[in-house]
Amino acid sequence: MNIVQAKDLTFEYIIRDDEDNIENVKTAVDHVSLDIEQGQFIAILGHNGSGKSTFAKHINALLSPTEGSIWVDGMDTKDADKLWDIRQTAGMVFQNPDNQIIGTIVEEDVGFGPENLGVPTQEIWERVDASLEAVGMTEYRRHSPNKLSGGQKQRVAIAGILAMKPKCIVLDEPTAMLDPNGRKEVIATITKLNREEHVTVILITHYMDEVIGADKVFVMDEGKVVMSGTPREVFSKVEQLKALRLDVPHTTELAFELEKAGIPMKRGILTIPEFTQELMRIRGNK
Amino acid sequence: MLIILDKVNYVYSEGSGFEKKALDDVSLTIDKGEFIGLIGHTGSGKSTLTQHLNGLLRATSGSIYYDGQDIYDKGFVMKNLRSKVGLVFQYPEHQLFESDVFTDVCFGPKNLGLDKKEVELRAFQALEMVGFPKELFYNSPFELSGGQKRRAAIAGVLAMKPEVLILDEPTAGLDPKGRDEILDQIKKLHDETNITVILVSHSMEDVAKYVGRLIVLDHGKVMYDDTPKKVFRNYKELEGMGLAAPQLTYILNDLKEKGLDVYTDAITMEEAAVTVKKALGGY
Amino acid sequence: MLRDITIGQYYPSNSAIHKLDPRVKLFWTLIYIISLFLGQHILIYAIAGLFLFACIRMSKVPVKFILRGLKAVFMLLLFSVIFNIFLTDGEVIFQVWKIKITKEGIYIATAMAVRLVFLIMGSSLMTLTTTPNDLTDGLEKSLGFLKVIRIPVHEISMMMSIALRFIPILIDETDKIMKAQQARGADFETGGIVKKAKAMVPLLVPLFISAIRRAYDLATAMEAKCYRGGEGRTKMKPLKYRKADAVAYAVIFAYLGVMIAVKICFV
Repeated sequence: MNIVQAKDLTFEYIIRDDEDNIENVKTAVDHVSLDIEQGQFIAILGHNGSGKSTFAKHINALLSPTEGSIWVDGMDTKDADKLWDIRQTAGMVFQNPDNQIIGTIVEEDVGFGPENLGVPTQEIWERVDASLEAVGMTEYRRHSPNKLSGGQKQRVAIAGILAMKPKCIVLDEPTAMLDPNGRKEVIATITKLNREEHVTVILITHYMDEVIGADKVFVMDEGKVVMSGTPREVFSKVEQLKALRLDVPHTTELAFELEKAGIPMKRGILTIPEFTQELMRIRGNK
Repeated sequence: MLIILDKVNYVYSEGSGFEKKALDDVSLTIDKGEFIGLIGHTGSGKSTLTQHLNGLLRATSGSIYYDGQDIYDKGFVMKNLRSKVGLVFQYPEHQLFESDVFTDVCFGPKNLGLDKKEVELRAFQALEMVGFPKELFYNSPFELSGGQKRRAAIAGVLAMKPEVLILDEPTAGLDPKGRDEILDQIKKLHDETNITVILVSHSMEDVAKYVGRLIVLDHGKVMYDDTPKKVFRNYKELEGMGLAAPQLTYILNDLKEKGLDVYTDAITMEEAAVTVKKALGGY
Repeated sequence: MLRDITIGQYYPSNSAIHKLDPRVKLFWTLIYIISLFLGQHILIYAIAGLFLFACIRMSKVPVKFILRGLKAVFMLLLFSVIFNIFLTDGEVIFQVWKIKITKEGIYIATAMAVRLVFLIMGSSLMTLTTTPNDLTDGLEKSLGFLKVIRIPVHEISMMMSIALRFIPILIDETDKIMKAQQARGADFETGGIVKKAKAMVPLLVPLFISAIRRAYDLATAMEAKCYRGGEGRTKMKPLKYRKADAVAYAVIFAYLGVMIAVKICFV
C-alpha cells in the first residue's frame, strides 16, 4: 500500500480585505495527484511560493484540502477521528530549528511527542534513548537546545519525531536556515534513517544537491506537479528546471554545456566520478 | 586605502571564565571600490569582523583606521562611521518596522538629520538602485516575498549613502533564482556606483564569480586573502575548515588527476566548458 | 549588555537539597515565609536564621550566590528601613529639628530588614537548587487541586516552561535588532524619556512580529507532534517522592512546631 496518496488535491487561500469581503482567492495547491511508496526517499522541489510547503502540511493534516483528497497510510486526512493517528504516522520537521523545540533540555524535547501520545514513562525513556542514538545526539542529551548549532538542533527535532515511531517523516525545508556543514549533517541523518530504519522520507527543498540520492523527485510550480521522475531523469532537463527558477548541480550543468558544445555526453550526470568517467570514455573513443 | 585593520583582537565575555577569542590578530587593508567576499563557517568570526568595521563592536586590542582616521580616537564620531559603513544584517525582518516600504527606507537618512525633501529623494534613489518595483513602494514590508524584503532592507541602508556596503548572508533562505537576482543586483550596484562592497557568506560557490577578492576566516584568523582563483587552489585545506570550494574546482582537479590537461582555476561555467573542450581536442 | 540578565538562575550541584522533590522545596519556602511572620521576637529570628544557614550549607551553594539575590531588592530594603526608623513614634533617642529617631523605630526597622533578607535568601535558595523545569512541574503538581475550580494548571505550567525556553532566544534577538537599527543610525542611548521611548519603536515592532511568528510556528510544531492539552498525557519524568523527601517534610514540620512553640511561650 502507498504511504501517501493524493488525488486531485487542491488548496485555496482566501484573502479578505479589511471589511472581511473576499478580495482574492489564491490556489496554492492545484489538482495534485501523486503516490508515495512506503520506504522511499522522496524529494519535492520548487521555488519559494510554488506550493510545496502547503502540500507538505496536508500530509500531516495541518491543512485540510479545499477539493480532492489525500490519504496517509490509508487514512483520509478529512476524517477528524483519525487526526492524531495521521499526525503520529507522518511526523513533520520544520524550517526554523528554534521554533519547533519545546523542551529546555534536549532529552525532554525528544520526549515531548511520546508524552502527548500517552506512552508509558519507561517506554518514553527507551524511545528517547533510541532516537537520540539514531541521529547521533546522545552525548548532548542533557544540553540546553540554545547552545547547539543549527544542524544539531534540526537533528534533535528529527529525533523528536522519530520518538513518535512514524512510518513517514516530512521535512519542510529543514536546511534552508543552515550553513553548509549543518546541511550535510541533516541530509546524512535522514539518508541513514531511510536506509537503516526504512522510514519513508519526504524532503521539501530548493537545494538541488540534496536530492541526488532520492528515489523519486517531484517538481512543483504554481501549485502543480510539473515534473517527476528519478533525479537523473529530472536533472537531464536543465533548461526546463532553470525556467522554473531552479538550479541543477554544477556537475550536471557542465555536462549539459559540453553537450551543447557538441561533445556527446550522456544526459543527467549527477556526480563527479560519473562525470570524469564519462569524459574519459569519450576521450578513449576518439 | 579606505579601511586599515591593524592587529585587531576581540575577546568575547572577557574575564567571565567563558572567554572566546573571536578575532585573532586580524590585519587587513580595504581599498575604495573593491568587491570583497568574506567567507567562513558559522562561528569563524566573520560577523564579529564586520561589526568592528562600523563600530558596533569595539576591538579588545589593535586599531582600525577609516579614511586615515583612528576610529578609537577621542574626537572620532562613531555615528558618522555608521553612516559611511553601511551594514545590512542577515534577516531583513530584524530591521523592517514601518507600515510601508518607502517610510521604512526613510528611517536611515532621517536619523542623519537631513531635511524631508532630501530624505525622500534618497529613499527613492535607494529603492531604484536595488531594483525594487515601484508598485510595491507603499506596501507593507511584512507582506513582501523574501527577495523583495531583502531589497527593501538593502535600500534602507543604501539610503544613508554609505561609502562601504557590507551584506551579511544576503541570499540566506532565497531560492536559486532569487539568490542570483540579488547577487546580480549587488554586482550592478557596485559597477555603476563604484561603492565598496563586502559580501559575507559561508558559500564560496555563490560569491566566487562576483568578487575580485576573497578573505577566508577560520577561528578568528585570516587564512587566505587573495583572488578567488588563487584561494581555490587550496581547496583541500578549505575543506578542512568546513568550507567547500565550488564544485567546478573539484571536477577540474579530478580531470587533471586523471591526465586531462585542463585549466583548474576556471570559476565560471563558460570558462570550465571551454577548457574541458580544449583539453579533449577536436570537438 | 542584555546578555547579563539571568533568569531562572540555577546553581548546578549534586547536594541533598538539589535532589529533593520540587514540591518539597516549594512547601519549604511557603512554610519558611509563614514562620518569619510569626512574631517579632529575637528567638524567632535566631531559629529562622540558623535553619536557613543549615539549609544553605547543605545545598553547597556559595553564600555569595544567595546574597546576589539581595541586590535586586536593595533599594526596597533601604527604603523600608529608613521609613521605619524615621516615622515610628515612641521613645525618642535622637532628635535633630523635626527628624527624630525612636527606640521602637530602630527595633521595627531591624526586624523588617532581617525578615526581608531571610525571605529573599530563602526563596533564592529554592530557585538556585531547582531547575526551572522541575519548578514548573512541581507547581503543576502542587497546584493540581486548582483544576477543580477550572484553573488550567497544566496550560499555565506549559506556558511557563515555553517562556523559559524562549526568553534567551528573544534576548538574543533584541540584541540583533538593536544592532541592525543602530547600523541605520538609530540612537537608543541619548535624549529624554520621550525621545527614548520613541526610539524603542524600531526595536519593538520587529521584536513583536518575530515573537508572534515564533509563537505561530511553535503552535504548529506542537500540533504536529500531537499535543492536545494535559488530557491523556504521560510524563517522561514524573515526580515521585523518595525517602529523603519524607525526611525533609518531617524536618519542615518539626521546624514549624518549634517556631510555634517559641511564639506561644515567649511572644
